[in-house]
Order: sequence, then structure tokens, then C-alpha cells
Amino acid sequence: MPVMTIAKAINEGLRASLKNYPTTLLMGEDIGALGGVYRVTEGLKAEFGADRVVDTPLGESGIIGTAIGLALRGYRPVCEIQFDGFVFPGFNQITTQLAKMHARSDGMLKVPVVIRIPYGGGIGSVEHHSESPEALFAHTAGLRIITPSNPQDAYWMIQQAIECDDPVIVFEPKRRYWLKGEVDLTTPPGEPFTAHVLREGTDATVVAYGPLVPVALAAAAAAAEDGNSIEVIDLRSVSPIDFDTVTASVQKTGRLVVTHEAPTFGGIGGELAARVSERAFLSLLAPVLRVGGFHLPYPVARMEDQYLPDIDRILESLDRALAY
Amino acid sequence: MDVAQSTTSGLDTGSDGGSVISPGPEQGNPDMVQLLTEDGRLLNGSPFGDYAPDPATYESLYRDMYLIRRFDQESTALQRQGQLALWVPLTGQEAAQIGSGRAMAASDYAFPTYREHGVALTRGVDLPDILKLFRGVTNGGWDPREHNFQLYTLVLAAQTLHAVGYAMGIQRDRAADPTAPAAAAVAYFGDGASSEGDVHEAMVFAASFNAPVVFFCQNNHWAISVPSDVQARVPLAQRAAGYGFPGIRVDGNDVLAVKAVTAWALEHAKQGKGPVLIEAFTYRMSAHTTADDPTKYRATADEESWVPRDPLRRLETYLRANGTSGSFFDRLATEAAEQAARLRSTVLAMEAPDLSQRFDTAYAEPHPLVQEELRLWQAYESGFAPEKDGGR
Repeated sequence: MPVMTIAKAINEGLRASLKNYPTTLLMGEDIGALGGVYRVTEGLKAEFGADRVVDTPLGESGIIGTAIGLALRGYRPVCEIQFDGFVFPGFNQITTQLAKMHARSDGMLKVPVVIRIPYGGGIGSVEHHSESPEALFAHTAGLRIITPSNPQDAYWMIQQAIECDDPVIVFEPKRRYWLKGEVDLTTPPGEPFTAHVLREGTDATVVAYGPLVPVALAAAAAAAEDGNSIEVIDLRSVSPIDFDTVTASVQKTGRLVVTHEAPTFGGIGGELAARVSERAFLSLLAPVLRVGGFHLPYPVARMEDQYLPDIDRILESLDRALAY
Repeated sequence: MDVAQSTTSGLDTGSDGGSVISPGPEQGNPDMVQLLTEDGRLLNGSPFGDYAPDPATYESLYRDMYLIRRFDQESTALQRQGQLALWVPLTGQEAAQIGSGRAMAASDYAFPTYREHGVALTRGVDLPDILKLFRGVTNGGWDPREHNFQLYTLVLAAQTLHAVGYAMGIQRDRAADPTAPAAAAVAYFGDGASSEGDVHEAMVFAASFNAPVVFFCQNNHWAISVPSDVQARVPLAQRAAGYGFPGIRVDGNDVLAVKAVTAWALEHAKQGKGPVLIEAFTYRMSAHTTADDPTKYRATADEESWVPRDPLRRLETYLRANGTSGSFFDRLATEAAEQAARLRSTVLAMEAPDLSQRFDTAYAEPHPLVQEELRLWQAYESGFAPEKDGGR
């Protein structure tokens, strides 16, 4: 199996979809000759032409809005938003139009638009370049939200998003773009809107997604040195959430720690805590704990190491859960 | 530029640049294209004369305007009687809507705001279906694909971008199959919505990709309570020059001129020459909606000054002076009354849908959370079943 980075895996996944489906096209700022600010679309314009790899004017509402129109004409546009914090000029089109079009039409219209958003911090950048706004979109019915954490998922999940008849936002963990791994180019890793158990354990469960999956795995490895058996789940899909996989794990371990870069307040971790308390209340040996961002605007680069969840903060929460 | 002469992209990128089309001879109102004066006289010599509708269609243009005004009156009455949550009157804008709608081919695709009832009529939408939205039984009401008429969009200007994207799709279809019929998209919006950023982005994208789209702005002078001079200090049509495509102000109360200008713009777009902005200069003779009270912000004199410019009146004057018999108008009144009666009975028969139906339409593909919530809802509801029969 070939080894490639997450960025290259998404590039190959996009290439496969452009080959397989003549209605697929890519749209975004600087995605053509430059190949995108992260080079995820590198080489695709040369291969597929300017009509299918479209350098758009600089306007996120314009990108999403015209993608909706293209979808209404039968196309499957894949929009690149340059950075997480720049999605907000397109927020209206995503939440009032894209998410609601199918319901507005009583199921008659389909708008299979994919929106790719590099997200998360840890790259030492300036304001608006390191945010994790997934909960804002997860709260909007009509959208699906996935986030791969490794090259194998990245290669397949972008293709699965394009094939889905619903709008799908793909949050790409930008600080992991250069993380390498094997990619099985022939066999997809199952359904896209499911969680994967990456490491089995018996004492506690850690749920992570996107950029924090490697951190959660490292924390589990460290905990093992102290004799604690930690199960690690890569959530993969933020909407819908695969509550069955998480619930089954907690029923086994009795403890749950959820970690994400986004602020914990009103976030995915809180949703998981509520669902698990409904579904596995009597299995819980400790409160569900969250390790995430604080209720602050994302901090400046020189503070972000303190702000971002890391191995130690996950271990500290695990210790608290295990001490109950 | 011919579509076949495409350049590097495979799509036509030709453009004839930005220019404000000369409004024509100094007759009638010199500031805008006009073919029929307020007192019902035909004008000759307009550069759009070649696109003017066939005189044999004048009666049917009048009929459409008359029927949609009667529909508007009946809908207002239904709202006043508590049968609709809200109504959005179009009175005064019949010529702008019927004229532009009648210029479109079946393969063209219109993207309305929420006041385009006249355009809906020209696209073959069954008029009672329009009231489903205002009755509160759906947010849609018709199959857009059947009529090439998108659902009403309530967030102003959002649909202008959808129209541009749709037009970009037409370009791609035509590039893939040059024998496919030419088509264009028409984006409807108003003077108020012209201030929305989406209109700007729509015009930028349309110009950048030379998309076959016609921007049709009904300047009805009032964005609820705010006059159009708060939105713009130059005629809205002039804005097109900044984007590099033609802008035309047309007398929006002259159905002949509106149809001619729109026909020209659609041909322009379909020939691969790019977008056009049409500003239909008209007036909202009624309230913004049935929840509005124009007496708070505009003078009766302002409203009265537009009465002589009524779009129906001038065509009726022309028709009566040029051989249309009184029986035509009598038959039309009867037809409109029958239409109103059917509208009323159809609306009163529209029943509230059940919430459980909503769960099927949020997503196109199965969604575990929605399915789970539907099961919980149905289980909860089933607990009320015995009482429900008794009238819960």
C-alpha cells in the first residue's frame, strides 16, 4: 500500500472523484495554478482544466452560493474555504440555503455540495487561521460534518462526501496535513458517518477527532505505562455522531473523556456527555469529562500551546475519571 | 462572441464589456426604455423595438397582469380573514413580472425572491401552490424542476448567487454538448436587496465567468419603509458598468418594454455575451406585506403620483382604443372571479401537515439521529392516540 500524507491523500481522493464523476468540480480561492494555500489541489487544474478546477473570485458567500446553483443544475461542487475563520462570510449561504434547501423543497431538491475547510490550531498563525467552528455547523440540521484524522480516511472520506446526496462539510486537520500513513486504494474503510475504535481498552474511553486523534493515542500509550487500559475512539463524523459506538465503549469502560480543540461550552463533547448519560447512565463510574478549548477567542500563536489540549491535559482528566 | 469560439477554458469567456445602453429617443420618459406611454400610446424608434412583443400577444399580456392582480387581491383578503399568516402583495409590479416572465423560454430558469407571483404565473405554477408557503403548510409549494422556477427565497439576495451558479452549470452543459439548447438564468431581486453583499458577489462571479444570467432588479422604490435613494445614489442600472456588463433601466410599468428588454438580455446571455442587469423602474402600490403600514412612512401623494402610471391602465387604454372589444374585458373579469373562487376553496382545504412528515425531508440520505428522534416522537404521539380521536 502506498504511503502518503493527509494532504496528498485528499488530493488523490479528489482526483479519483474528478475521474469517476464528470459532474464533480472543485471551486475555491487559489486552488488552480497555486494548488491551494496548502497545495491540497496541486496539479488538478493542469489535469482536469479550468472548468473543473475553478479559481473563483475572492468571496466565500459567492463560492458557496454559486455551488448551490451548480448543484441545482446537477453538478457536485467541492468548495475549498481557505481557512476555518474565513467560512463566516459564507455562513449565511451554508445555514440558510444549503442546509435547508432539501427540506424547503419537501425533499424534491438535492444539493450535494461539499465544503472543505482546513481547521484547528497548532500552526503558529494569525487570527482567524486556527479555529474549530464545527459545533456551529453541527447545530444546523441538514448538514453532515466529517473530519478525517489519517491518510486512509482522508482519501476515502472526501470521495464519500462527494458521493453523498446531502451537503457535507469536511473539516481537514490542517496541522496534520503532513502526517503520513498507508492508504489502501482499493478498499474503503466502511461507512463515512461512523466512529472507529483505534485502540481497545478497559478502564476508560477517550473520544477524539481530527487533529487530536494522535494526541489521544499518545495519551493512551502514556497511560498504559501507568497500568491504565484506555480505549481510543476516532469519532470521524461530528454530524451525525455515531453514538452507538461510543455508548458500547462506555458500557465496557465506565468512563469517558472527550477532547476537541473547540471550546467545550456548547460543543461536541457536551453533546456526547448528554447522550452517554441518557444511554449508559448506569454504566458510568465517573462524570463525563471534557478536554477542550476555553471560552475565549482563539489565542495568539505564542499562547496556543497552553490553550490546545495536549497529552498532559488528557491524562489529567483521565486521572480524575479513574479516581472516582 | 459565439459560444463555439471558446477560449482556453472550454467555456465562452467573451464579453462586450460594460456599457449603459442608450435608453433610446427622447420620448416618454427619457431616463428609461419605454414602448408604451402612460396614456396608452405606442412609441417607435426604440433600439429594443425589434424585441417588442407581437401585437397579437397584447391581450394575453394584459390577461396575465389582470389575473395576477386579482390573485393578489384575493390573497390579501385571505390573509385578512386569518387564512394566511402573511401575504406579500405585488400590485403595481405586474408589468415587470409578466413582461420579464413572458420573455423567458421554458429552458430558462428563474430564481425569485418572494414577491414574484406574476413570474410564477408565467412559469406555469398553479397559483394556489404559491399560498402554501403563506398558509404555513410548506416552505416550498411546487416542484421547481417542473417549472424551471426556483422556490421563494426569504433571505434577500441569496438566490442571486444560486442563479449565477446555475448559469455556470448551463455553460458546462453546453461545453460538453454544444447541441444542447441555449438557456439562461434570471435572478430576481429588488432595490432593497441590491444593498446585500450577495448581489455584489453574484455580479462579480457572473462577470468573471461570463455566466448566462440576467439580473432583474425590480426597483419598487421602497424596501419596506426605506426609500430607494437610501440604497443607491445613482440609478441601480448604472452599477452594471462597474462590473463590466450592460445595465438597462426600463419602465417597469410598461409590459411591452419590459418584455422587449428582457428578451434582448436573454438573447445576449444565451449568445455567450455574458450577464445583463435590468432595472425595472416600478412602484410597490401596496404594502410591503400585510404586516406593514405604509401610512407611517410615505405620503399619500407619493402613492397617488403612481396611479396614472399603473401598468394595467395604460395597456387597457391602448387595447380599448385599438379594437379590443368590451367582451374581452368582461370575459376576463369572469375568469378572474372564477380563479379567485378556486383559490379560496383550494386554500381553505389545505390542511396542516403532521410533524412526522418533516423528518423525511431534512436529509436526502438516512440519518440516524433524525430517525431516532422520529421514533421517539412517534412513540410519544402514540400515547395520545385515544384522546386524539376524541378531539385532542
